[in-house]
Amino acid sequence: MSDADAQDILSVATTWRAAGEQVAIATVTETWGSSPRPAGSQLAVTVSGKIAGSVSGGCIEGAVAEAAMKTIASGVPQLLDFGITNERAWEVGLACGGKLKVFVEKLA
Amino acid sequence: MTPELLAALNTARAAKRPTVVATRLPGGEQILLPSPDAAPDLAAAAMRALERDESGTVKLGETDWFLNVYNPPMRLIVVGAVHIAQALVPMAAMMGLNVVVVDPRRTFATPERFPNVTIITEWTDEAVEALAPDIRTGVVTLTHDPKLDDPALDIALKSDAFYIGALGSRKTHAARLKRLRELGHTEAALARIRGPVGLNIGAITAAEIGLSVLAEFVAVRRNAPLGIKAPQSAAA
Repeated sequence: MSDADAQDILSVATTWRAAGEQVAIATVTETWGSSPRPAGSQLAVTVSGKIAGSVSGGCIEGAVAEAAMKTIASGVPQLLDFGITNERAWEVGLACGGKLKVFVEKLA
Repeated sequence: MTPELLAALNTARAAKRPTVVATRLPGGEQILLPSPDAAPDLAAAAMRALERDESGTVKLGETDWFLNVYNPPMRLIVVGAVHIAQALVPMAAMMGLNVVVVDPRRTFATPERFPNVTIITEWTDEAVEALAPDIRTGVVTLTHDPKLDDPALDIALKSDAFYIGALGSRKTHAARLKRLRELGHTEAALARIRGPVGLNIGAITAAEIGLSVLAEFVAVRRNAPLGIKAPQSAAA
């Protein structure tokens, strides 16, 4: 997607990285149902706790940020699946009932 | 994402070049497109994604590729550096649109009234022609003055602009259509003009009118039912 906000996330992430921060970028790669943000939506997060952008209406940002810390530590990207797949999915699932995949990568 | 790829992507975005970042899932290898080194099927898929202006995952052979589209911002050409434009322009900028204000009246078209946007003070037809509206451009005329609005609309109608709007009441608009018809525009061409401009939300203030114009711009861009134009009545 070419929304201004998606484009700005990269600028913000670039600035953070240049300032010496450890940065990960999460990107929505696929959605099903009523996911609030389209494919291409991005979130940048740093080890120091900075966060910009969004990959959902706010319901999975915490889980994504947590996964991002692992990717920053290991350097290994992750493809995360979010959605209502079982009873417990309530806890990290989407209140809206949508499903989405999020790719998390380290900004080297 | 490597620093080299990020730098190349940021360069392409700054140069307003349509660009795709293709990511192999789940491994994460990436390539920037268009590129002479890309496999033909991947290059073709990236071109389609740019044309649709839609990011998404595609399967090519046995491989899943996520194609993230970075198209340059859409443009909005605002003809008339008037009060409504002062409300409309910052809202359009907030939406990420590349906004250009056109008005030959230099007392209106000032950087004080329109900070941080491109201002062109050529005559409106010359300005719009030079800006060459394409399928990612909208043109809206706000001057209420036929000698400024009409030449801009004349050029916009000859362009690929996907959204053309003209401020003015139904009566004003009917008179405007009559003048444009005399310039040789067909009914089909004239039907492209949204007049009175904007979604009918009962807008009264400048900001409300700006909102209704931008709402209509979005509805047309996204093919929403609200963006479908009602046919002009024969009396109009």
